[in-house]
Amino acid sequence: MAAPMTNDQSWFYALALGVSFLKCLLINAYHSTDFEVHRNWLALTHSLPAAQWYYEATSEWTLDYPPLFAWFEYGLSHIASFFDKEMLVVQNLNYASPATILFQRLSVIVADVVFFYAVKECCKCLREDKGKYLLGKPSFILTVLLLWNFGLIIVDHIHFQYNGFLFGVLLLSIARHFQNRHFEGALLFSILLNLKHIYLYIAPAYGIYLLRCFCFTQSNADGSLQWRSFSVVRLVTLGTIVLSTFSVSFGPFIALGQLPQVLSRLFPFKRGLCHAYWAPNIWALYNIADKAFSILGVKFKLLDINKLPKASMTGGLVQEFQHSVLPSVSPLATLVCTVLSILPALFRIWHRPNGARGFLRCLVICALGSFMFGWHVHEKAILMAILPLSLLAVESREDARIFLILSITGHYSLFPLLFTTQELPIKILLLLLFTIFSLTSLKTLFRKGGALLNPLEATYLLGLIPLELICEFVYPLTVWQKTFPFLPLMLTSVYCALGVTYAFIRLYISLLTCSDSTKKIKTQ
Amino acid sequence: MENWSLFSLCVLLGLTSRWAVSFHSYSGAGKPPMFGDYEAQRHWQEVTYNLPVHEWYFNTTNNDLNYWGLDYPPLTAYHSLVCAYVAKLLNPEWVELHASRGYESHSHKLFMRATVLFTDILIYIPAVLLYCFYFCDGSSKQKVATALCILLYPGLILIDYGHFQYNSVSLGLALWGILGLGLGWDLFGSLAFTLALNYKQMELYHSLPFFCYLLGKCIKQGLTRRGFFQLAKISLTVLVTFALCWMPFLSDPKQPLQVLHRLFPFGRGLFEDKVANTWCSLNVLIKIKTLLSRETQLFLSFALTLLFILPSSLKLLSKPNLWQFKLALVNSSLAFFLFSFQVHEKSILLAAFYCTHLGFCLFLRLMFFLFVFFHSMLPLLVKDGLLLPYVVTSLAFLFLSLYLLSALERSTEEELRLGLYRKLTQRWLPKLNLSRIIKWKFWFSLVAMAVLSFTSVWLEPPAKFPDLFPVLVSILSFLHFLGFIIYFNLVQLMEPQRKKSQKKTN
Repeated sequence: MAAPMTNDQSWFYALALGVSFLKCLLINAYHSTDFEVHRNWLALTHSLPAAQWYYEATSEWTLDYPPLFAWFEYGLSHIASFFDKEMLVVQNLNYASPATILFQRLSVIVADVVFFYAVKECCKCLREDKGKYLLGKPSFILTVLLLWNFGLIIVDHIHFQYNGFLFGVLLLSIARHFQNRHFEGALLFSILLNLKHIYLYIAPAYGIYLLRCFCFTQSNADGSLQWRSFSVVRLVTLGTIVLSTFSVSFGPFIALGQLPQVLSRLFPFKRGLCHAYWAPNIWALYNIADKAFSILGVKFKLLDINKLPKASMTGGLVQEFQHSVLPSVSPLATLVCTVLSILPALFRIWHRPNGARGFLRCLVICALGSFMFGWHVHEKAILMAILPLSLLAVESREDARIFLILSITGHYSLFPLLFTTQELPIKILLLLLFTIFSLTSLKTLFRKGGALLNPLEATYLLGLIPLELICEFVYPLTVWQKTFPFLPLMLTSVYCALGVTYAFIRLYISLLTCSDSTKKIKTQ
Repeated sequence: MENWSLFSLCVLLGLTSRWAVSFHSYSGAGKPPMFGDYEAQRHWQEVTYNLPVHEWYFNTTNNDLNYWGLDYPPLTAYHSLVCAYVAKLLNPEWVELHASRGYESHSHKLFMRATVLFTDILIYIPAVLLYCFYFCDGSSKQKVATALCILLYPGLILIDYGHFQYNSVSLGLALWGILGLGLGWDLFGSLAFTLALNYKQMELYHSLPFFCYLLGKCIKQGLTRRGFFQLAKISLTVLVTFALCWMPFLSDPKQPLQVLHRLFPFGRGLFEDKVANTWCSLNVLIKIKTLLSRETQLFLSFALTLLFILPSSLKLLSKPNLWQFKLALVNSSLAFFLFSFQVHEKSILLAAFYCTHLGFCLFLRLMFFLFVFFHSMLPLLVKDGLLLPYVVTSLAFLFLSLYLLSALERSTEEELRLGLYRKLTQRWLPKLNLSRIIKWKFWFSLVAMAVLSFTSVWLEPPAKFPDLFPVLVSILSFLHFLGFIIYFNLVQLMEPQRKKSQKKTN
């Protein structure tokens, strides 16, 4: 990585191969139940006709991804049969022979090739890519930030999921928009939606952007909308692309009359507001505020302890969290909050589009807004904001600052995903690796203009170190480990929620002020 | 980016790959009754914790020497004792006398792996960083690249974190010794090296270069004046260190003799298994083991080893500078590996280790070397179920070295240090392009190694020769090692010393 070569692209392959080797070393690491989830999907897509895919319920891990992903698993299953045929039997629950592990891990590693290609395309979209030596080049930094992303490595290659491949499609679609190849971009995104529907959260950004910047071919001089420039042909073409993708994916199931069943699998609303481990979002803060109020209330005799719901005392362990003082939150309320949180951003890009970069910023806000306010959010969803934000981080100082705060806290909040002692060193080492690189490289990139983080932010981030020491080293030795085992998790999610909220607010401020700053540059 | 962050990234990458390799199997996992080196280390903890010092090296009712009896010097035993105290704290079952034999569990594996990581962080990694910082030529980027190559060197990682041993302790201590000598702190250097010697007797392979370097330096200062005091101080340091390490065994003359007997088991024969050294390879043609008496074997191996060490040692004695010292280290370890008595296949680790540390300029040859080493250990690693990390780390290392090297390709020809040799060949073969030949040979060897690796892992050997592939592997490796020892001796004897290293020693 230190070779003085700037003229060719060999460093890209070095980084890609390097991270692939690391991933291969992690084949024997711990894997979560998601491993069994995907094995089950391999089995059921292989051994059952498509008509039964969304009805099969031998395993508790039923198919809950959209049809295209099921077809992807179907394709994989044919290769899997060369490794171990037993893994393709639906009844073999929790089957994990060495060949099965090898195959599944390798499938994730190989599927990441899509991600590599997308990252390479993203690097071409950078505005300025000069730099005398390699380590200071924005494209090099961006490549490391994406390829060696801590979250992706531990979620995909230890915990086990196929996010690298999916984010590859997302980043490729974003890159296509940067390159003004909007049809391709739209096609890729609609494919992505049919692979994993969680990306619906960022669909508003796509919709508004394509409508405003692509269907309207011209803007007035001040950037406002020119109604007459509307191109019906473009809208119809876009509509055709999206509809045809969806009909290829969902069509067969609609024809079989299974749409309600498929949708009920895709959107299970029976889960609670927060996951067992609270994702670091507004609801984590809301829960902790509720808890604090109830404790204070009991102390000052404003509340009767017998009237409080029992579950609140074991909060964090049960999925249904009952609020004792603050009003309980319904799914509809979270939906309203989410929409409200992203509306200003959507309005902003409608009125002042600011090109593909404005779109990307809006996309990150949509991802982060739904993470902050969504119903039953997983901590892993933070990657949907961190990865696209990396693109912005290497281009502007303010974004670099937001990126640092968001990525460090967001990544730290993924720690509870890996709770085994064996993986403890690896997650700490990898996080340090990623954090030290992003801190120093972005600092070098924006050398002019002083420190990236102000003292308060730096102190907050440094606070993660004692937090980690307490949660994973000191607390388990204390007597409270048995009575309040959930306390470290709660502490982690609340502490990280502060950082994520702060990053969200800063991102919003940057969106609302950024086009003004570009205007200033123009007038100067 | 600042250097400190690059160096810390290197260290983190090294640690990450170390811990990731440790997820895999270890030697003798789930293979009763003897298990493997992992069980040996655990057994030593058990023995040292439960038995009094004077029983450690003796066959008693409580200490069955046939079951992984202690056969390393005292420092290893003390290290085991310290580990045993920690183990006792965590789970007394791990070191219970007799009852803990063959103990295996997930948490115990974690504990053992953690002890290796701990010693690595404590001894080996700081030494590597300091070494790269002070003794690597070139820009800071090249220093970082060298540090990365050394830290990701797969041989050590696989043996320590896969197979299970504590090589990083003895190698780290020896490296501290080299650092001490290089920085001019001769007393510190000899202290560190003596400790290394007392941790693992295999470090004897390097004792002669250390000795010759220090002696040569004293002679240079004048044996009648300052040099004599210097020599006296050094010898005193070494003697006191030895005495302290062996203190518990000095009360009874039977004790140290028994320890020595355990350390150098001449009764085990000229060689065991398939080692890529002279004796094992000759064995294909002539059955030396049966042809010659044990005494003759011993004498023959001793004489040949000495013969191959002497030139480089004498050269070092006359010109004690750092460059010569490093070359002598390589030559001496190679000579010991090729010709000495009862060599273990892991001994080549030592030679290869010093090669990585020789510096960046010789890289093409060195990488080549490292690979040969690596290959000669393939059978061992396959036996341990470490094929996956073997393939991954070796490919990663090959790729990394090639990548870092390609930037410096221009300089390799001149840097091959064969100036004189070249002049000689040019007289007879004027159109010979040496660097091209070396490149071709490099690729050829690489392909041969890849093919042999593949066949020995996936193909069944013909029924007539069940050992065909291991023998082929070790013969191929032996030929390369022989070539290397000749090459390195040529470099050391023919090359006038470098200006840079001259500057440093002065």
